Amino acid sequence: MGNRLSSKLLGEGKGGIQGMSEIYTRMIIDLYRNPLNYGEIEKPDIKAKDTNPICGDIIEIQIKLNKDIIKDVKFNGKGCAISMASASLLTEMIKGKSIDESLKMDKNDILDALGIKMSLVRLKCALLPLRTLKMGIYSYLGKSDKV
Amino acid sequence: MRKVPRKPIDVEKIRKDFPIFNQKIKGMPYIYLDNAATSQRPNQVIKAMNDYYQMYNATIHRALYELGEKATDAYEESREKVAKFINASPEEVIFVRNTTEAINLVAYSWGRSNIKEGDKILLTVMEHHSNIIPWQLLAKEKKAHLEFIDIYDNGLLKMDEFEKFIGEGIRFMSLVHVSNVLGTVNPVKKMVDYAHKNGVLVLIDAAQSAPHMPVDVHDIGCDFLAFSGHKMLGPTGIGVLYGKRELLENMGPFLGGGDMIKEVHLREASWNEIPWKFEAGTPNIAGAIGLGAAVDYLNNIGMENVKEHEKELTKYALDKMMRIKGINIYGTKNVELRGGVISFNLGDMHPHDLASILDNEGISIRAGHHCAQPLMDRLGVVGTARASFYIYNTEWEIDYLVNSLEKVREVFKV
Repeated sequence: MGNRLSSKLLGEGKGGIQGMSEIYTRMIIDLYRNPLNYGEIEKPDIKAKDTNPICGDIIEIQIKLNKDIIKDVKFNGKGCAISMASASLLTEMIKGKSIDESLKMDKNDILDALGIKMSLVRLKCALLPLRTLKMGIYSYLGKSDKV
Repeated sequence: MRKVPRKPIDVEKIRKDFPIFNQKIKGMPYIYLDNAATSQRPNQVIKAMNDYYQMYNATIHRALYELGEKATDAYEESREKVAKFINASPEEVIFVRNTTEAINLVAYSWGRSNIKEGDKILLTVMEHHSNIIPWQLLAKEKKAHLEFIDIYDNGLLKMDEFEKFIGEGIRFMSLVHVSNVLGTVNPVKKMVDYAHKNGVLVLIDAAQSAPHMPVDVHDIGCDFLAFSGHKMLGPTGIGVLYGKRELLENMGPFLGGGDMIKEVHLREASWNEIPWKFEAGTPNIAGAIGLGAAVDYLNNIGMENVKEHEKELTKYALDKMMRIKGINIYGTKNVELRGGVISFNLGDMHPHDLASILDNEGISIRAGHHCAQPLMDRLGVVGTARASFYIYNTEWEIDYLVNSLEKVREVFKV
């Protein structure tokens, strides 16, 4: 046991804490502490909230449109480092895009932006913001008779 | 309950009985600290179930051949073992799937014929969802009300609130013996006594107590008690409801079907005797037999010794963990008042990130709301990380956990 621990602390282990930096990169931890586009928008055109029932994580995305273009986007809520970082990156990516373009985004766009691989359970955390965004856009399109 | 001499338990020897610890996970020895969710199972339990399937597999109570009789004997013998384990009579022990089903059985069968419009049911804010939802469903159907005893910040129940609620008129109370989040051991004997003096019946959720300490239904005095097999070395899919005979006799059935009947006509039927009245359909025979073997295993160690071992581990873990900078441990620090469950948060880290990192270290802990969302709201947190112990856990595992937490703290700059 002692050997296992000391080898890990010295950084000789394959997985373990050293390996953790593969998932918990500096970028992800920074975005967890200092998220981008965190907050609220006055009178948003699109507003959607969703939760991850496994962990109770909650995320709300608010969007201000200029015709079909996302003029401004903010998110708020509580979640793990992966879901918070994912929300920061997603909101950055869709700013200035059309809502149609935003709807075309998928899992791979999020994973590429995060730059990490993860287990199925954690994938749910990573994809929560995208799911919430799409829910909001579809609900907006439904209401404004655009589909 | 069998008397076994008080002595420290032989963890080295015990671990050899658990095949899961003979393998490496991610190339490392396996550190399992999620026992409040489910325990691991020893060879003795696995073998008991295998023997049934391989050598005397048959349905019980109806099969008129040798193996059928053997299976019936084994199933009913397990019931007797479980009854002795909690100091009850066999006819007061009903086999169900788990604690959840046991509580649902009471809410459905006793609750539906006894709870009336305007009645109050008393629970606590530290209940598991399984001891909230069945009562919500019942209350909605009957237009009854739910009341909740609050906790102090140290995780202990507000006893003055409890007495106030009881004084104001409560029809039924259901409360957890040991909290699966805070570890709080509630003073159930005292509470049952006070409730009874005021004519209130009490169900005890013993999911986190029956596996870890002596539980004696006569000593506690409760009317119902529920627990699961899989948290006490037994298989999944088998659990127990204890009910006082006089209550069970007057309760209608829960599920209808085979085995729970005495006589069936096209438009009416009469019910079997207790406990079989509540065991409709072919039961989990292998599960019951496995649970019997688990009871044997625990009796050989002695429940007092199990309790003492976990108390030592909890004390050791609390001492070490409290020294970690930025850690927030929930619940009382007094090991006389808590079981082997430690919920905590580390700085501003989300518990899921914590659990993910520890998983990479070969340590299994739980993170999230632990099926106790109202308690999370009460504590003002999204969730907690939770380490929970059992007979096979050791101090070096706790050292490893603590060292890993220190490292996590550095990675996350807590």
